[in-house]
Amino acid sequence: MSDPATAGSTTPAAELPTGSQPEVHHWWRLIAIWVILSAILDPLFYFLAGPHIPPGRMTTTAGGAQFDFNVLLVIALPVMLGVWIFMIYAVVMWRASRGGPEPQGGPAARGNLAVQAGWILTTTVIVLFLAGFGTYELVQPGGAGGGQGSSPIWTPTSKTVLPVQVIGQQWKFTYRYPTFGGFETTQLVIPNDATIAFHVTSLDVVHDFWAYQLGVKADADPSYDNVAYTTTSQLGSFTVRCDELCGIWHGAMYNTGEVVTPAQFESWATATESRLAANTKLLPSFSYTYVPDANGADGGYYPDNVDPYSKVETYGATPTKSGGSGG
Amino acid sequence: MAIETTQVSEFEYRGGSLATRQPMSRRSDWLSPHAGWAVVGAVVGYLIGHWLGNVIASGYAHVQGSGQNDVATVLGLSFGVAGFMGGIGALTYPLAKMLGREPAFELPQRSWMRYFRMTGDHKVVGLQYTVGVLLFLFTGGLLAMGVRTELLSPTNHVFGPGTYIALVGEHGTIMMMMASSAVVGPIGNWLVPLMIGTRRMAYPRVEAFSFWIFIAGYMVIFTALFFGGFPTGWTGYAPLQTQASGGMDSYLVGFAVIGIGMICAGFNLAVTIINFRAPGMTWGRVPIFVWSILATCALLTLATPTLVVAGLFGVLDRTAETAFFVNEHGGSNFLWENLFWFFGHPEVYIMALPGFGIVMEIMPVFTRKPLFAYKVAAAGMIGVALLSFFVWQHHLFQSGINPDMRPLFMLTTELISIPTGFLFLVALGTLWKAKIRFDTPMLFCLGMLFNFLIGGITGVFLSDVPVDVTVHGSFFVMAHFHYTIMGGLIFALFAGLYYWIPKMTGKTMNKRLSKWHFWTFFIFFNCTFFPLFLVGLLGQPRRVFEYAPNLQTLNDISSISAYFLGASFFFFIINFIWSIYLIPHEAPVNPWGSLGLEWQTPTPVPWFNFEHIPVVLTDPYHYGEPGAPPVADLGRVLVAADGAPIRGGENGEESPEEGREFDPQPPIL
Repeated sequence: MSDPATAGSTTPAAELPTGSQPEVHHWWRLIAIWVILSAILDPLFYFLAGPHIPPGRMTTTAGGAQFDFNVLLVIALPVMLGVWIFMIYAVVMWRASRGGPEPQGGPAARGNLAVQAGWILTTTVIVLFLAGFGTYELVQPGGAGGGQGSSPIWTPTSKTVLPVQVIGQQWKFTYRYPTFGGFETTQLVIPNDATIAFHVTSLDVVHDFWAYQLGVKADADPSYDNVAYTTTSQLGSFTVRCDELCGIWHGAMYNTGEVVTPAQFESWATATESRLAANTKLLPSFSYTYVPDANGADGGYYPDNVDPYSKVETYGATPTKSGGSGG
Repeated sequence: MAIETTQVSEFEYRGGSLATRQPMSRRSDWLSPHAGWAVVGAVVGYLIGHWLGNVIASGYAHVQGSGQNDVATVLGLSFGVAGFMGGIGALTYPLAKMLGREPAFELPQRSWMRYFRMTGDHKVVGLQYTVGVLLFLFTGGLLAMGVRTELLSPTNHVFGPGTYIALVGEHGTIMMMMASSAVVGPIGNWLVPLMIGTRRMAYPRVEAFSFWIFIAGYMVIFTALFFGGFPTGWTGYAPLQTQASGGMDSYLVGFAVIGIGMICAGFNLAVTIINFRAPGMTWGRVPIFVWSILATCALLTLATPTLVVAGLFGVLDRTAETAFFVNEHGGSNFLWENLFWFFGHPEVYIMALPGFGIVMEIMPVFTRKPLFAYKVAAAGMIGVALLSFFVWQHHLFQSGINPDMRPLFMLTTELISIPTGFLFLVALGTLWKAKIRFDTPMLFCLGMLFNFLIGGITGVFLSDVPVDVTVHGSFFVMAHFHYTIMGGLIFALFAGLYYWIPKMTGKTMNKRLSKWHFWTFFIFFNCTFFPLFLVGLLGQPRRVFEYAPNLQTLNDISSISAYFLGASFFFFIINFIWSIYLIPHEAPVNPWGSLGLEWQTPTPVPWFNFEHIPVVLTDPYHYGEPGAPPVADLGRVLVAADGAPIRGGENGEESPEEGREFDPQPPIL
C-alpha cells in the first residue's frame, strides 16, 4: 500500500544531507510520475477494460462483482504503481556504481514519524473504506450471489422468487423445479428479469455450484441447503462448473445453462413437467436436503426418516423448511 | 558436505558439569544410530504395523468391502515413523534416562557421517534442513511439471484423471509442508543462535527430532503415490476424504507427523529466542529476522496442533468408524473445513513471515543504510501473527456457513494488509537515497518485493466477498498464493541462501550462475503465474484436467514457462555442486560487509559458535554511521548484575554476579 503522495506531503523537507551537490527533489519527481501515470492508466483501465471484466453483466450479482472488481482495481493500480515507480526510481537513481552521495545513517534514516504515521493512516483509511464498500456490495444485492446457507440473512427485494434446486453428485449437476411439480433435469433453464433462489445441495461429497456468467457460487454440502440469490437481466447461455474438488472426474463436471424470456421459460417448464411426469413419480419427493439413509449407504439416497426397505411407508418426507415460495 | 568444525580442543568448558561427566561407552560408527538404521527401522515398523492392523481389523466388513484395510495402512505408517525415529536414535536419550543411566554427551564430529545422524549441533541441523527442504521443493516441482503438462491441452490427456488428481494433491501437500519449514528449518536453525549470541538451542534434541520427523513425514506423504494417491488436493475436504482410497491415510498420517515436527521446531526456536539471548541483546536490538522467526514460531506452536487433531479425527473416521466429518451420522463437513483453515490460514503466514524477515534483514546490507522503521517492522510481524488467527473463514465465503460472519471476516482479512504493508514501508524506506549494491541476494529481495506486491494486492480482491464469488476456487486464487508463497517465500529463501551460504559452508557461490538463476527464475516465474490470474478470471476452476478451449493459449504460455521455470533451478543445483564441492573457492569471512553478529564469528563457525558469550552493544543496522559502536564485544567481558559490561576480569574468572545465567555446555545428545 504505497502512497508516496501522502508520505510526500507529510515530509516536506526530508532529511537531505546538505552536501555540495544541488538538492534533488526526489519526492516531487516521484509524485509527478506517479500522478501522471495513475491519471492515465486508471481511466484507461476503467473505461476500456472495465466493461469486459468477467463475469460480465448477465445478472445483478455478476454486474456487482464486475463493478467491485473495477473499483478495487482502480484503487489498487495507483498503489502498485506507487511501489513500482519508487522501486524503479531507486534502482535507477541510487545505484552504488553511480558514485552519488554516501547513504546517510543515523536517526534520520532509521525512521521518520511523519512518513510512518502517514503510511499507516493511508493504508488504514483505504482498508476500512474497502471493508465498508465490500460489506455494502455484499448486503445490498442480497448476498452478492454467494451461498448463504439454509437461513439467508440478505434476501433480495423482489417479491417473487423462482426456487431452483441444484443437486450436486459425483460427477454431475441436476436441477429440480419445485414450483413445477419438482421434476428433475440436467438442463438449467431460467427466465430473464426474474429473481432466482438457487437451493444448492449435494448427495455425496462437497461440490460447488459455479454459474460463471451469473455471478453465482455456492458450495453443495451433503445434507445441507445452501441458498444463493441472483436476478437475471440478459438473455443468453452460461457455464456451470463444479468449483470444489470432488474426486477424479471433478474436471469433467460442467454443463451449460440458458437464460430465456419468461414466456419461453413458462412453456419449457410446463412441457418438461408433463414430459417427465412419469419419472418424477419415481423420484423422492422434493426436499431441500436428501440424506442417504443409513441402510442405503451403497448408493441409494432417500429422504431422511423413511425406511427404504419398508413395504408400507412411501417416500414422502416433507420439505424441511418453507423458504423460497412462489414462481 | 565439505565443512570442517575445528578447534574444539581450544575451547574451555566452564561450569564444571562437563568435566565430571563421563561419556557413555560408544559403539562403533556403523553400529550407532544413523539414517541407514532409520530406514531399516521404518521398514520393520511398517511391516509390524501392517501385520498388526490386519490382525485387528481384517474382520471389519467395511474394510473387506472396500478392498483395503485402512487400519493396516495407518498402523503400518505410524509404526514405520516410530521405527524411523528409533533407528535415527531419537529414543536413545529418553530410554537411557528411564533406565537410570546418564546419557552420553555428544562429541564434536568431523566426519561427513554427522549429516546422517541425530545431532544437537544447530549448524548441522540447519544444513540437513537445507538439503531436506530443497529435496521437498524439487520433488514438488517435478510434480508441478506433470500438472502443467496435463494442462497443455484442454481435451487431449497425458494422464488419466485419477493420476492427474494424485499429482495435484501430492504437489500441493509436499509444497505446503516444504514451505512451512522452508526458512525456519534451514536458515532459522542455522542462524538464530548465531544472531542472538548463544552457543546452542534451548532443546537441541527437540531440534534434531523436528528435522528427522520432518523427513519421516515427507516419506509418509510420498507413500500416497504408491497407494494410488489421494483425490482431495492439499485441503483434504471431507467427506471426499472419508470416501477416498488408501492414499488418504498417507495424507492424514503424514500431515499429523509433519505437524508434530512443526510444533517441535517452533517451540524450540521460540524458547531459544526468548531465553538464550546474549547479554545486551534487548528486544530493541534483536535482528529483524529473529523477530520474524519468533512470530512464525508462535504460529507454528499455536496453529499446528489443530492440524494434528484434524488429521487424527480423519484417521478415526476412516478406521474406527467415528463420524466427525460424516454428515449423515451426525458429523459435519464444516468441522473439517473450520479445523483445517484454522490451521491453514496461520500456515499461510508461517510461510510469508520468514520471507519478510529475510528481505528486511538483507536489504540494509546492500543499501548500506540502517533498516527503516525497525519498530514498525517488528510490530507488523506481531500484528500479522495475531490477526492471522481471525481470518480463516474467508476460505469459506461460499460454503454456506455463517453468512453473518462474512463482513467480519472481510474486515479482518483486509485489516491484515495493514501490517503486511509495513513490509513495503520498511523496504521502500530502506531504499530511499541508498547506495544499492546489486548482488544476487539483493536481486532476489527486489524480486520478492515485486512478486509479493502482486500477490498481496490480489489477496485484497479475494477478500472482497462479491469479487470472491467469481474468483474463489479458480486459478485466480491459485496464481495469488503462488505469487505470495513462491514469489515471496521462495525468492526470499534463495535470497537468504545466496546471502548466508558463504557463512554456512565457507565457500563462495559463482556470481554469474547466481545471476542467471535469478533472472531466469524471476522472468519465468512471472510468465508462468501471471497468465493464470487471467485464466482464473475467465472461469477456469482449480484442479481440473479439462478446460474451455478458448483458454488454451494462456494455459500453454503458463505450461511452457513452467518448464523453463523448472529448468532455472538447474542453475542453482549446478552452482551449488560446482562451487561448494567440485571447485570450491574459500569465502571471505564477511563477503557482504555485514554488521550482523553472525558475521562476526570465524568461518567455519566453531563447534561452540562463540569462544566467549558476546556482549551485544547495539543493533546490527549502523550502516552509514561512521564511528558507530561494533555490534558486540566478542572478547571476554564480564557482566554486572545490572547488565552493564565490566571489562578486563583479571583472573579470567567470571564474577558470580553475572547478570544472566548462560549454559556453557555443548549440545549434548
